[in-house]
Formats: sequence, C-alpha cells, structure tokens
Amino acid sequence: MSFARFAVRRLLEMAATLLGASFVIFGAMYLAPGDPASFLLSGRSASPAALAEINTQYHLQDPFFVRYFRWLGQVLHGDFGRSIEYRTGVSKLLADRLPSTLLLVAMALVLVVVVGLALGWIGAVRGGATDSTILVATTVAVGTPSFVAAILLQGLFSVRLGWFPTSGTGQGFGDMIRHLILPAIALALYLIGMLARVTRAAMLEQLDSEHVAVARSRGVPERQVIWRHVFRNACGTVLTTGGLIVSTLIICTVLVESAFSIGGIGQLLELATTTKDFPTVQAISLFIVGLFMTVNLIIDLLFPLVDPTVTLGARRSTA
Amino acid sequence: MTTVLTRRPGLARLRAARQPLYLACLGFVVLVVLAALLAPWLAPGDPNTVDLGNVLAGPSADHLLGVDAAGRDTLSRLLLGARTSLIGPLGVVVFATLAGVAVGVAAGWRGGWLDSVLSRSTELVFAFPGMLLAILIVTVYGEGLLAPVLALAIAYLPYVSRLTRSLVLAERERPYVAAYQVQGHSSLQICLRHVIPNIAPVVLAQSTINFGYALIDLAGLSYLGLGVPALTPDWGRMVFDGQTAIQRGYPLSALLPCLVIVLTVVAFNVVGERWADQVARRDR
Amino acid sequence: MTRTLDIRNLCLRLPDTARPVLDGVDLHIAAGETVALVGESGSGKSLTARTVLRLLPKGAETEGAVEVAGENVLALDPQQLRALRTGRVAMIFQDPRAAINPLRRVGDFLTESVRLTGAMSEPDATRRAAELLTAVGLDASVLRRHPGQLSGGMLQRVMIAAALMGDPVLLLADEPTTALDVTSQAEVVALIGELKERFDTGLLFVTHDLGLAAAISDRVYVMYAGRIVETGPAATLFTDPRHPYTLALLAATPRLAAPGGRLAAIDGQPPDLRHELTGCSFAPRCRFATQLCTTQAPEPHSAPGAPGHLAACHHSDRLEESAADA
Repeated sequence: MSFARFAVRRLLEMAATLLGASFVIFGAMYLAPGDPASFLLSGRSASPAALAEINTQYHLQDPFFVRYFRWLGQVLHGDFGRSIEYRTGVSKLLADRLPSTLLLVAMALVLVVVVGLALGWIGAVRGGATDSTILVATTVAVGTPSFVAAILLQGLFSVRLGWFPTSGTGQGFGDMIRHLILPAIALALYLIGMLARVTRAAMLEQLDSEHVAVARSRGVPERQVIWRHVFRNACGTVLTTGGLIVSTLIICTVLVESAFSIGGIGQLLELATTTKDFPTVQAISLFIVGLFMTVNLIIDLLFPLVDPTVTLGARRSTA
Repeated sequence: MTTVLTRRPGLARLRAARQPLYLACLGFVVLVVLAALLAPWLAPGDPNTVDLGNVLAGPSADHLLGVDAAGRDTLSRLLLGARTSLIGPLGVVVFATLAGVAVGVAAGWRGGWLDSVLSRSTELVFAFPGMLLAILIVTVYGEGLLAPVLALAIAYLPYVSRLTRSLVLAERERPYVAAYQVQGHSSLQICLRHVIPNIAPVVLAQSTINFGYALIDLAGLSYLGLGVPALTPDWGRMVFDGQTAIQRGYPLSALLPCLVIVLTVVAFNVVGERWADQVARRDR
Repeated sequence: MTRTLDIRNLCLRLPDTARPVLDGVDLHIAAGETVALVGESGSGKSLTARTVLRLLPKGAETEGAVEVAGENVLALDPQQLRALRTGRVAMIFQDPRAAINPLRRVGDFLTESVRLTGAMSEPDATRRAAELLTAVGLDASVLRRHPGQLSGGMLQRVMIAAALMGDPVLLLADEPTTALDVTSQAEVVALIGELKERFDTGLLFVTHDLGLAAAISDRVYVMYAGRIVETGPAATLFTDPRHPYTLALLAATPRLAAPGGRLAAIDGQPPDLRHELTGCSFAPRCRFATQLCTTQAPEPHSAPGAPGHLAACHHSDRLEESAADA
C-alpha cells in the first residue's frame, strides 16, 4: 500500500469515528429522563416563553436525525450553538478560554516529554539504586490523581512557602507562566510517571537485545549505542502514547483548573456540567475527542518514519 | 546485558524479585478492604456529626486524626469513605471485566464481521477518555454513583476486550482447542471450560490495575462534586472539602484523604503489575 | 611467534551460580589457524567466544588471561578495548536478524563502528563497505536497504562483511549458520573459509555441529559444562576420541555415510549451574565413570605419541580398548 493511499484511508477512518463520536455526543442529551426541552432548561426558570425559545432554537419538533444533521452542519461551520447558562455563542465562550488552557497544556506537555523521557532514559541506562529510586517515584506519580497533586502543590508551595500564587491566571505573559507553573506540574505528574515507565521498559527491552550487544562488540562508543540503537528503537513504543498523553492532559484540566481557579476550558466544562449547560458540554467533548483523534492520526502517519519495519497501518494505538 | 542469560532456561528463575514492595502493597490492599468492610464498627463516631467546638482541630483523644472545616471527625469519614471510594471502582471493574471478556471472546473466537463491528466500536470508545464519558453522562443524569460507574465501565471495557481478544486469538491456535473440536465439544463449552480459565490470570491482573485507575477517575468526579451526593463520606469529596482549610493553613483534613488515595492506587497498581509479571514469566 | 589468541585458565563466575560458568578454559589459536569449539547449548562455548571481546553478562567476574596478539583483553582500559573491538577482533553472530538493528540501513550498520570511533572517514568507510559487500557476493546497492528487505543468508553475508571492516586478525564465528536454512548454511561456511584465507585471519568457529567442525577446522576443542574436555587435530579427534563425552557426541550425530545406524542419545542432563560440582563434570552421564571420577576432577593429559591431542579423563585408555572391541 502506498503512503498516500494509507493516509487517505486513515483520514476516512478518522472521519467515520469522529462521525460516530459526534452522534454519541449529540444523542447523549436524549438519554435524559423526561423531554429534552425541560432537560435543557433544568434548574432554570421554565417560563412558556423560555420553553418556546428552546423549542425553536433546537427545532425540537423536528425528527431526531434531522436535528442531528442540522447540528452537525452547524458544528462543521464552527457554530456550536448558544450556551444556555451564559446566553452567548459557545464558540465565543471557547475562544475566550482557549488561550490559558492551551498554554497550561503546552507547559505540561513540555514537562511530560522532557522529564518523562529523561527519567525513563536515566533509569534504564543507569540501573541500580538510581533506577530503583526512579521506579518508586514514578510508581507514586502514576498513582497520584492530578487533583491530589494540585492540592498538595498548592498547600506546600503557595500556602506554606508562598513561592507561587494560589489561583488565577495573572496578567501578562510572564505572570501567566508563573501562575501556571504549579498547575502544569500537577497536570503533568501522572503522565511523567507513565511516560517514564514506558520509556524505561522500551529501552530496557532494547538494551537486552542482541543488536545492542553486537554494536558494543564492534566498539561503537556506549553513548552512541544508547542513542543510535537503544533510544532510537524505543521511540516507536514511546510515540504510541502520544494520543493518550494529549487527551489525558486536556481532560484533566477539568480538575486542575478547578483546583487553581483558572478560567480555561476545563473550568468551563466543570461549570457547564454542574449547570447542565449541554451545548457547552457537547462542544468541549467534541473538541477533546477531535483533538485525540487528530493527534493519533498524526502519529499513525509519522510512524513509518520512526519504524520502517512496520507495514503501514499495522500499528494499533495503545491509547 | 543478559542476552546470554535469557536464552539459558536454568538461569531465568534465578533473577531476584522485589518481594518486599509487593508484599507491603498486598498488605495495604487487604487493610483497606478490611477497613471498608468493617467501617461501621471501626469508626469512632458518626461521619456527619458536627463538633463545632473543634473545627479544624489537630489529632486528639476524641478525634484521632483531627476534625475537618465543618467540624466532622476525619478518621470516621476516612473509614466510611473507604466504602464509597472502593465500591465505585469495584463496580466499574466487575462490569468492565465481565462485559469486556464476553465481547473479547466473541470477537476473537468468531472473527469475521462480528470482530470488525466490535473493533470499530472499540476504536470509538477509545476516543473518549473515561472522565469525559462520565462527565457527559453525569450532565444528562445528574450526580450520583451509578451514572459515572456505568460510564467508566463502558470507557474501560475496550481495554479488557482488546486484551481478551488478543489472548483468545493466541489461545485458539493452541493444539488442545483443535483436539477438543475434533472430539465434538461445542465452541461455547471449550470457551467456558478451557479458554476463559486459561486467560483469566492475565485479565484479572489487568483488572486489578484498572481498579486503581477507576479509583482515580471516580475520586476526581467526587472532587468536582459530580460523583457521590454531597453528604456521603468519600475520599475525593474529602479532598475538596479540605481544600479551603489547606488554603487557610490547616492541611491535615485534606492531606489525609490525599495520602489514602495515593497509597491505595499505588498498592493496587503494584499488586496488579506484579501478577501480570508473574503470568508473563510463567508463560515464557 | 605470538599466538593470535591465547586463553589461559579462564574462569568466569556469574552471580547466583554455585560454580563457575567457565572453569579453567585453555584455548589457543595460531596466526591464520582455524579452530572449532564444539559443545551442546549451555556448555559455555558462546560465552568463551564473547569473553574474547569482553562481552560479558552483568555481574560476571573473570580470572585467568585472554590474550589477543599478546595483549590481555581482560585488563584493557575502555579506550583500548574499543580499539580492539573495532580493529583486531570481530565476531559473526548466530542470528543476523537479531544482530543487526532493523531500523537502520545496512550501510549505516557496516560503517558505524569505524566511523564513530574515528578510525575511518565517512567516504572511506563507505567505499570499504561497498568493496566488502562485493567480496561477500552482494552488491553495493544493499548499502541503502533496510535489514528487513534482505534474506537471512544475505544478512549473514552483511554480518561477515561488517566483521571484516576493521581488518581483524581474529574472527569469532558464533554458530553463524544455526539460524539459516540449509542451502545458505553451506554458502556461508564456504564464504567464511574463503575470506579467512584471503584476509589471513585466525578463526574461532563455535558450533554444535561436529561434521561442520571437522570439515572446516585445523584443530577442535570440545567443551562440556564450562570445561574443555578434549582437544586435538580435527583429523584424529573424531576418529580417535579420548573423552567419553566426545564419543557420546559422535554416537548422537547422524551420518549420511552410514544411514540406518542407531543414534545413541546421551542420557541425563548437563549439570545444573545452581549446584556445586565435584570431580568430573561428565561423570553422572558417563558409562565409564568410577569412584575416582566423582571425587577428583581429571587433568588434561596427552595421548601417547600425540602431544597435541589432550583429554581430561581418567579413563582415556579404557576408551580406546572399548573402541577396539566395537
């Protein structure tokens, strides 16, 4: 199969899955007990006027599939409807809150990649007591939920030591970074542990392999053996975790942004959930699912570059 | 560099295992489960009784682990919280394991269109992080334990079904399966009596690890106020309740549930991974 | 004249084992000589070959001397060791599929050791790699291929070319044909023999195939449970074995020349590394064993009139009698 055909097939597959996901996200609303109009208005004043407005806005008198495809058409044009709670367009709501979340996720991603890879590398190569220490630390990291990490970091570094602000996003770029350091660490901690373990295991497997012994037997300097044969060959396994890392980062902003009162997408999702603002929940869900699939698609397309031995499409994501 | 060693059968078993950590974790798992089972008898007081005179007090004879910001005894809440905090993940894991094994065996054994349909659905569910699916369902059904447990069970199902499917695919290639088929045993009989028992250890190890993750996800939902109802003692909820106290410089009532969550998750992970290792080593 | 390889009283211990994995190994190769090392799996023959490159398992402790052209390998500093590995000694491994990194191109594999250690410039290295590929019967277009695109036999040729990159004085071939199919086996063996002559290197050929050992080598060492039990010229060792283990191995080897003959499996198992060993390591499986064999380890002694043919057995002479009876 040529690369172009493979890419097109994966793209179509992704579109199909995304369509399925959008159907789930849209259809979930109709699982609610009672009729959709009262669900959409739940907790809010259900005046006849409001009911009528909801009915026209959502075309609730139309058949289900008509409504679904109308909604899908709007979504494809970037229109996620109006927030019931905030009474503005959901797209605008998202756009306002996206920058702080993206910055937070980007900071956390850098931490995950740099620290996770480094710890896995060091553990695998050094071995001994260093490895055991890293293994214990990553075991604890993998067992620490992001909100627990958030509370603990906040309690120690903000309240007790006063090094960082306890909440908010701050003004200006530098201040924003300072406000987001602790949240980024909290967000990254679990994934650092996960990535370090995956990297370590993949590198240990390579270290154990015959071709590494052969490279050593031919006098290739140890640094080069590790870089060219051990790490290089471990990259494929490490790369498969990419989709999981990104989607976990985004979804966990719900917890971390709530803990640090950061006005981002995560906090919006939490507020939208508690106020049953369904259009907003739908939009954010679709965003997260779409992002996960895009990242996985990119990884699938990159994979043949990293590992020329696999046949195209043979890889199945571990996420 | 153990290439020389691993090929020598006699030496494989000589590798030393990290026994103490595993035993400590197994001990902790047993301890937490016992605490949850015996909580009503072990708890020194009612978890919702308010002692306003001792708000945020440290450990004392009356309140061994102190009092939270609302004046409730932390030890009692931790013990009774163990029940809600463990029953949720248990529900997730039991449902995900049973349904996942059924789906995985069906897909692996039958193959064909059934396999394609199930694999497609698996891909779809994989696109939703467990937390997101739970949040989506909670938005629709409102808070409570059942909705998030079901949502997480669905989110975890593909992990079990995919594992089961690959194990079944390997298992059905083994000669004994053909031997039984030749003797006229039905597929259902072979699956129930031989295939499932043979793959059970691996699946159980995976489920034990999943338990830890389900606990993290459910505690997170409770922390957001989307899990158990507000007054029910629950570890995730206790972290939320303790957050204001920690910001005012009284860390104990938040620190303890944090600690218990981390230790429990770590313990389940270590035990599960150890079992998975043992099974892998046995099969080699 | 210095020997190309001279192993004297080599002992190698691994953690968690009750006895040395290699126990007093003596082995030498003269310049340009071909020596076969035979034994069953686990006897320590591969480990002996790997020790020459100091390619030791984790936690291994060594005693004795391993000299390549007069230089003790076990005492080299990392820099000298690297020079030894890129230059004087090279190894051909058992399974080329496992031995060559599947993610890197063949050209990269061939040239990496001389390039990365600065022994050759990149163009020089590539030119030499192309020459050697022709010498092993491949062409230079292979340089740009990935290992996955080549057959096992082709890959083993690449492996041989790689071994010759540093112009070695000693080639170690660790069961180089075991992982190949029968036709490529013969080709690879012939190729190794031919190149060995052409590049004038010593060759240590590790194998469990007695016929192959007899065909290719000048002298043979037989190894059992980490000890050399018998050594001698290839011509006489197999026709006139002086150790019961060699005899048993020969009896267990099928022969085309005499089809229909009975194969005699060797009863019992090689000794477990977790137990200490007293006396002769083969005694529990030996039909000649006496009280003496279980208490005292036999020293190697030469056959009458043949100083190069040594066997470590208390009963070499009885062996001859029984062979005469048969």
